[in-house]
Amino acid sequence: MPPTDSLPTFTKSIAITVRQPSKLRNLELVLLLVAIGVSGTAIALVQLGVNGAVDVGVLLQAGALGMLALGMHVALRVVARDADPFILPIATTLNGIGVAMIYRIDLARGLVGWEGLAIRQMVWAGVAMIIALGVIIAIRNHRVLARYRYVAMFVGIALLLLPMLPGIGLTLNGARLWIQVAGFTFQPGEIAKIALAVFFAGYLVTARDSLSLVGRRVLGLQLPRARDLGPILIIWVAAMGVLIFQRDLGTSLLYFGLFVVMIYVSTGRLSWVLIGLGLFLGGAAIASRTLTYVEGRFAAWLDSFNPEVYDAQGGSYQLVQGLFGMAHGGLVGRGLGRGDPTITPLAESDYIIASIGEELGLVGLFAILGLYLLFVARGFRIGFNGTDDFGRLLAVGLSFVIVLQVFVVVGGVTRVIPLTGLTTPFLAAGGSSLVANWIIAALLLRLSDEVRHQPRLVVDE
Amino acid sequence: MNKELRRVSLVALAMFLALFVSTSVIQVFAVDGLRADGRNARTLFESYSAERGPILIDGAPIAESVPVDTQYEFLRTYLQPELYAAITGYFTLNQGNTGIEGELNDFLSGSANEQFLDQLGALVTGQRPRGAAVELTVDPVVQQAAWDALGDQQGSVVAIEPATGRILALVSKPAYDPNRLAAHDTQGVLAAYEELINSADDPLVNRAIAGDLYFPGSVFKVLMTAAAIDSGAFEPESEFPNPPSLELPNSSSVISNSEGGACGGGETVTLATALRLSCNIPFAQLGLELGEGTIADYAEAFGFGTRVEIPMRSTASTFPTGLDDAQLMLSSFGQYDVRVTPLQIAMISAAIANGGNLMQPTLVERVIAPDLSIVQEDEPVLLSQPVSRETASILTQLMVDGVANGAASNATIEGVAVAGKTGTAENGGETPFTLWFTGFAPADDPQVAIAVVVENGGGFGQTAFGNRVAAPIAKTVLEAVLNR
Repeated sequence: MPPTDSLPTFTKSIAITVRQPSKLRNLELVLLLVAIGVSGTAIALVQLGVNGAVDVGVLLQAGALGMLALGMHVALRVVARDADPFILPIATTLNGIGVAMIYRIDLARGLVGWEGLAIRQMVWAGVAMIIALGVIIAIRNHRVLARYRYVAMFVGIALLLLPMLPGIGLTLNGARLWIQVAGFTFQPGEIAKIALAVFFAGYLVTARDSLSLVGRRVLGLQLPRARDLGPILIIWVAAMGVLIFQRDLGTSLLYFGLFVVMIYVSTGRLSWVLIGLGLFLGGAAIASRTLTYVEGRFAAWLDSFNPEVYDAQGGSYQLVQGLFGMAHGGLVGRGLGRGDPTITPLAESDYIIASIGEELGLVGLFAILGLYLLFVARGFRIGFNGTDDFGRLLAVGLSFVIVLQVFVVVGGVTRVIPLTGLTTPFLAAGGSSLVANWIIAALLLRLSDEVRHQPRLVVDE
Repeated sequence: MNKELRRVSLVALAMFLALFVSTSVIQVFAVDGLRADGRNARTLFESYSAERGPILIDGAPIAESVPVDTQYEFLRTYLQPELYAAITGYFTLNQGNTGIEGELNDFLSGSANEQFLDQLGALVTGQRPRGAAVELTVDPVVQQAAWDALGDQQGSVVAIEPATGRILALVSKPAYDPNRLAAHDTQGVLAAYEELINSADDPLVNRAIAGDLYFPGSVFKVLMTAAAIDSGAFEPESEFPNPPSLELPNSSSVISNSEGGACGGGETVTLATALRLSCNIPFAQLGLELGEGTIADYAEAFGFGTRVEIPMRSTASTFPTGLDDAQLMLSSFGQYDVRVTPLQIAMISAAIANGGNLMQPTLVERVIAPDLSIVQEDEPVLLSQPVSRETASILTQLMVDGVANGAASNATIEGVAVAGKTGTAENGGETPFTLWFTGFAPADDPQVAIAVVVENGGGFGQTAFGNRVAAPIAKTVLEAVLNR
């Protein structure tokens, strides 16, 4: 072998090449450009469908968001070179389609500029992406988070209870989930779910031995000790408190489901799942008998087309109108801007999935559900391949938050389960939800970078 | 931990599968049921956003869908709204449709089974489905003449082509403006509807085919004479006692002829004279002799008891049964409880004009698809043969006499033999009379049969007869047909 000019022969023989992360980022760049293209096209189609002409102004505003997403991509090239390449493009696509759909509903209602929800959604998306970028840059090592698990717990519970405070608490659509400060409304529970996921992951990693190994066996089930039941009871009380005092079935289901899944993954004890489910179902059963709004939700779910239920206050009118809208869309949809999604109340938030079903059809809904599935799969992948249990557990928990939200919302709209008021991640109108879900995306990006970032040496001969 | 993770992944996958299934069920398998639900406003909007076919007369629209910039995309517009209101009816967003708009809604909206292939084609080519056009039998000149002739009176005019049953004119007054009900402003439409439905003179009632029905009075004598002669029991020269007044059996009521005194003088009076001078007493005696059953059978053959569809369903005219002698005698000159629509009276004249053959009356000439192919063409249909050709011929002669030398003289048209019969129906007490004319022209080759009804005694209370008010209106309409 003749010597070359650049490398001495002895090093060449055992040249070590570190796996090239830039390939991942290049893939991400391509996917991100596709995502931006899809979003821009959706907004242009909305304008053509409703007005028959393209309004460049709105496209430029959306373009600014696209630039922000590209900025995030550039930042990842520096601070998280090995991060998962699918997460950012999926979040961008969903966010973009959501903005297009909200913009479409604004146009149908004759809302332009700052009157509309779309512009606010875009501003919130910008804020959310900047916060997400901050999270990725600030948290260079996720293991730090495990240390602050009890801080996270207190922050989480404090955020949950914040809407109960007189003066700043705000009740919308019957649920007391919002706070209002200086004209801005925010749903602190959205952030609380992340804080609680961090707490659960940190707590369970340290406590799982006592939770899984100690206790008596009864009927083949390993029952935990009473004192180990403490945390789960606290969460149960908190979840039920949300259900009763904030009148929000979906959120309590979310917290509870999250905790049950994380405790099961960390301890491997089915008994926890059964205890958790039993507690929740018992609480829900009592609630459905005693709380009229829960009772109404069940009636609307089981007997939607009964005229009495349909016409009742808080009855199935919205649910049935959503179903009508989706049926109107059929397999291929009416086309963006060509349906009547505004007939359904809250078409831009709780019912955005029905609006999308109406205009983009079953095909569009499958694409969106597919994107969520891929997003969640990337999160679970961290759970399978991660190097530290805290990171793995946190990734599973955050991913499952997305699963639960999608299932509760889409399942509620499509009558799989009773309707409850959760937001569709990235799609639905609402700033708090966008911020929370972008933070989840940021944390998953950070966690995935850790997975990839283990030096993998390849000896090249 | 991986085993648990796998299970949780499977649970997550199962949750997503449930969503894939539920969305598929709603958007593919349950679509038809959801679309058919009466509460589904989207189905409704879709029916408005399809371009509804026009209603045509002689190829020119009287109702058409005009593109507008609202979510409904098209506004139903009536070009001569009041003139044709009784025919077109109205098309509302969600308050129901009447008239041709209601009866032929499937064709006009493009959803009729006959148009299925067009719908399929529209789906494939991405075009908006369009409704079919409905061409009417109405003659705009005759319709306008009838409208003008009726003037400010409340009442109705129905003109039928005897040989085919094609309706040439159908007027009901007072009329209304269907544009007010077709508007897209629901509050405005509801207010307009409230106003019309509560209006004392009932403009929404189509007096030609529906409403509270009228006493026919003496126009019923045409049917009585036809029954008498066709049954073979009587002929025009059959004679009846001719008292100036008659006490009804088992009753203190006394009936008299409308002119007072005996019918044309003489101890007896013939059936022909009784019809020509429209005397009540001879017909009361005729009814008693013919019997309730025979009269009822002929009434039924002329269309009584049937909800004739033109295609709007008319109210069935009634001849009462289970009568005692006094009631039968009153019924025999169109009082007591005989109730008719103007359409029914026009059908009696049309059947006699057409040699005893009653044709199905209709407003619809044909239905034309957007590509100008004929979806449906209405051929003349024989409804019944209430009397023989011979009876019809005799009746024609008697009715010509009634105009030429009798009680219906104001329908005389220079140089044309007009067959006719007037009627002046009492409504009891102080209520003004209902004034009638029915007939056809020319008698030897009938082009048009007509019924005219004027409510409220034509403004003359209980002093005017059909000949004074209704006959001149009929004359104008008959002339409009003959001068075509």
